[in-house]
Amino acid sequence: MTLRCAIVGSGNIGTDLLYKLLRSEKLEAALMVGIDPASEGLARAREAGVETVADGVDGLIERAAELDLVLEATSAWVYRINAPLYRRVGLRSIDLTPARLGPLVVPPVNLAEHLDAPDLNLITCGGQATVPIVAAVRSVTEVPYAEIVSTVASVSAGPGTRQNIDEFTHTTSASLVEVGGADFGKAIMVLNPAEPPILMRNTVFCALGDGYDRDEVADAITRMVAAVASYVPGYRLKAPPVFDEDLFRTPGGDVKARVVTLLEVEGAADYLPAYAGNLDIMTASAIRVAEAMVR
Amino acid sequence: MSASFRLTDSTLRDGSHAIAHQFTTEQVRRVVAGLDAAGIPVIEVAHGDGLGGSSFNYGFSHTNETGLLQVAVETARYAKIAVLMLPGIGVKDDLRQAADLGARVARIATHCTEADISEQHIALAKDLGMEAVGFLMMSHMIEPEELLEQARLMESYGADAVYTVDSAGAMTIDGARRRVALLKANLSCQVGIHAHNNLSLAVANSLAALEEGVDQIDGCTTGLGAGAGNCPTEILVAACERSGWETGIDPIAMIEVADTAVRPIRPEQGVIDGDGLLLGYAGVYGSFLLHSKRAAERYGVPTRDILLELGERRVVGGQEDMIIDVAMELQRRAASKMVGS
Repeated sequence: MTLRCAIVGSGNIGTDLLYKLLRSEKLEAALMVGIDPASEGLARAREAGVETVADGVDGLIERAAELDLVLEATSAWVYRINAPLYRRVGLRSIDLTPARLGPLVVPPVNLAEHLDAPDLNLITCGGQATVPIVAAVRSVTEVPYAEIVSTVASVSAGPGTRQNIDEFTHTTSASLVEVGGADFGKAIMVLNPAEPPILMRNTVFCALGDGYDRDEVADAITRMVAAVASYVPGYRLKAPPVFDEDLFRTPGGDVKARVVTLLEVEGAADYLPAYAGNLDIMTASAIRVAEAMVR
Repeated sequence: MSASFRLTDSTLRDGSHAIAHQFTTEQVRRVVAGLDAAGIPVIEVAHGDGLGGSSFNYGFSHTNETGLLQVAVETARYAKIAVLMLPGIGVKDDLRQAADLGARVARIATHCTEADISEQHIALAKDLGMEAVGFLMMSHMIEPEELLEQARLMESYGADAVYTVDSAGAMTIDGARRRVALLKANLSCQVGIHAHNNLSLAVANSLAALEEGVDQIDGCTTGLGAGAGNCPTEILVAACERSGWETGIDPIAMIEVADTAVRPIRPEQGVIDGDGLLLGYAGVYGSFLLHSKRAAERYGVPTRDILLELGERRVVGGQEDMIIDVAMELQRRAASKMVGS
């Protein structure tokens, strides 16, 4: 069977989702919902033979019986209004906004636990890129503190992200602890305006408890990178994990070592340019979650 | 006579970079007491990378900044205490906490092209009853006209002042003059300048800014700050007095604070070594200096090569993690060269 999916939001993310859905063998692009009849996303959907609605989610609710799943690519405040409507008509949803209504999900870490939830939240691009590494390290040793730095090209950060940079840092920090398993977490976001635009970069610092095994930690990281790369092909290590020994006075207590993982994410360029790995990792994760729902 | 401009001393914030964020409450007490008595109207206290900056990426603080702020507020009798915050590093709660502790000026810093990420923080500062200052870092990287557009955004969010910030110490006298003049001619809020001394121009740039009508100037006592250091407050005060600009600050008392309270923290401050100069020449964010020196040692590559490569890549403030990336890449390149030969 295939899942009949509706994309809500016809902006950059929604349009990228459209092309990924069209490529999927398990998912069907059944409907795209926008609020602007002239939007490029809706035009592209029509061109691809996908039904569209240009006046918001009411049209979607009327067709609920013909749909299985909503992929939400609007903004947090819009999703807070839409989510109860979806529940009322029995539609499940995958939320790509930072609304955080449903459980935080990172596919290779905790998808199995939440596969039956009516509403799954994909955190942030920084969370999707870095939580897997924290979880990998945590699977073999204690992580008293995890910190990530996520740098994206200025042109790939839309007005929503810019006006809500605090929500980005909060939500991402929380996910390092709640999903990654660190005792304390801190997220930092940097925008870089260089031309040509830089690829998304992520650096993950994990404080290591005593008694860690270097090879075990490095293996766990390498395996996790491969797991993420299976659904985000442009996700890769820039260098082997770096181990530093020193006294680090972290919020999770003093530790004697850390491992630093330097990552790069190149987008698949389905619709968005290749540098926008930050957007690609969100849409690719959404598709991964949706495909896992097909049993 | 009233002062020709308002001076903010950032020794206890920008100076934090120069000592790897190891300020103690005792140092803060002595420096604030001295600056306050000399007549400095605003004293900035925070981690070098602003509130919430204590991290692997920027270095962990010796003493929690709330502890430092508390002591500063207690000690200052006349001066207002200011804090810096960079959206993306600090969060709104950090600002609320600083306001609760008694900080009265919030300086919200972004890279010079990214002013629009400061909207919610400038608005919050105003809601908290603080003075809000927009701080456009690495201003040398863009033309004055582009800088004006970004400054206008900050003004529209409610900033009481907007600064042109020469984070790389790369601004020439003419560059400083043109930026300040354009902002002054087009903004109704105040305009400030924050200069670094990598090209030995910090005092000169500040004096040029004064000629263009700048309202606020930053200094750090003895120059204690990122890279080759900042505009040395005691020198700026002396030079202003001799040039006929009123500072409202006692030059002799300032020299005394510099010698007795700040100089002992880092006696070698003021020397512009090759690496410090290179930052200004290559236009690299000043606080990368110590991190680059450390990475150079750790990965066995020259600091100079790291700094030049960082300049090449046009990294911006906050991207300290790229220093590890660059150092490791240089190390790999060196290794492959050896294999090749």
